[in-house]
Amino acid sequence: MSKRIIVPFGPQHPVLPEPIHLDLVLEDEKVVDVLPSIGYIHRGFEKLVEKREFTEYVYIAERTCGICSFVHGATYCQGIEEIMKIDVPERAEYLRVIWSEFSRLHSHLLWLGLFADSFGFENLFMGAWKTRERVLDFMEETTGGRVIQGTSKIGGVRRDISSEKLDAMVKDLDSLDREMKELTTVFLHDNSVQHRLRNVGIISRDDAYHLGAVGPTARGSGVAIDARKLGYGAYDRLNVPVVTDSCGDCYSRCAVRAKELFTSTDLIRQAVKKIPEGPIDVKVTGAPDGEYFMRAEQPRGELVHYLKGNGTKFLVRSRIRTPTLTNIPPLIKMLQGCDLADVPVIVLSIDPCISCTER
Amino acid sequence: MAFFEMVKTALRTVLQKPVTILYPAQAAKKTPLTRGHVVQDGSRCISCSICVKKCPSQAILLNKEAKTWQIDRFRCVVCNSCVDTCPTKCLSMDTQYTAPAVTKGVETFPITYVKPAKPEKKEETK
Repeated sequence: MSKRIIVPFGPQHPVLPEPIHLDLVLEDEKVVDVLPSIGYIHRGFEKLVEKREFTEYVYIAERTCGICSFVHGATYCQGIEEIMKIDVPERAEYLRVIWSEFSRLHSHLLWLGLFADSFGFENLFMGAWKTRERVLDFMEETTGGRVIQGTSKIGGVRRDISSEKLDAMVKDLDSLDREMKELTTVFLHDNSVQHRLRNVGIISRDDAYHLGAVGPTARGSGVAIDARKLGYGAYDRLNVPVVTDSCGDCYSRCAVRAKELFTSTDLIRQAVKKIPEGPIDVKVTGAPDGEYFMRAEQPRGELVHYLKGNGTKFLVRSRIRTPTLTNIPPLIKMLQGCDLADVPVIVLSIDPCISCTER
Repeated sequence: MAFFEMVKTALRTVLQKPVTILYPAQAAKKTPLTRGHVVQDGSRCISCSICVKKCPSQAILLNKEAKTWQIDRFRCVVCNSCVDTCPTKCLSMDTQYTAPAVTKGVETFPITYVKPAKPEKKEETK
């Protein structure tokens, strides 16, 4: 047996967008064990719930993550609405779906870019972010914010999208689809990309399931779980296809996300077709008294917001469980037995969002 | 399995104009809804301090004695909450982002609103 050494990976590393620290136990060039540690960017959001009114906390909940911000805000609002038994107008539910799916497009395109960067394909990275810019432009036109939308509120949404704008947007989606098709062809069929990603960081279906993988990480191993299938918001009236891939390697996880781009544009088209006319919000009176466990599908996987109120304007407890936290144990399983040179690619393949994880 | 998938895209981008702009020499893209920064109109502010209570980041400070309205641009998260709740609509959202600053500090706006005098009641004579 060769001598074991420990190589620290992160928290500052060129490939990591956010700080996570991994102690890699190596035998020659092989990783035999990994010790992860987080805690570099804890901000205390869950404690802040006691100091801000539940209506104002939406803006703070939204800032939990800088990428899937809209989904955080909407999930928090849906949780409070369930506690207070508020019936949200149907138009608001559809608008939330449209923005959530745009969020997913923006997040997946961002990830595809970062992933291309992690395996050294700089040109593809720029290409993915160029396409992402179109999604961000749409976000800014309809909500006023590129990354932090701030349109969700308790009882509905703050802004409406006019029907002309929705029609123009659907027309625009066709050219966006073409652009994404060209981009994803490189990810899915290019020889050099396949050579770099195939059989790297394999996790079996059973391991992924038992270690609690969620989102595209689980779906890349053939576990067909998607919280959108729970039918929260307007998702119960839409046909949500669950994209899976069976190999469980980095390529599968990349393929799942690349294919999900098209299911997202399809969901937006479905939502625009079905969106009814009507009000976008209802007046909220009183304060939440009770608790609720709200689950929603973030671009990275299943997100859980636990909320508890005692009848005052300040909530008693908020607990946010983000998908990256549950994807860390599967990540360790993937890293065991891999080469040191593959570590950056494997870490990026779960789409780590550390600021969400630490809140 | 294919080779040179990226070549078509790469060649096209060589012939195209750049997709980026030279900010700040060229103005950034803006939409009518863009949240840039909050502007206050002191002539309409009634010092109700609803904006202070509704601010999630506690960036606004209102001094009724000195008649000033202060905002800390570094704390403000530009959420539009104050603009939505202002009863006299004296707050508005400008589409331009605030200019870069080298020192932290607050921006102070004077409140010049004068409460209109109540019309005097006519004394009833019997």
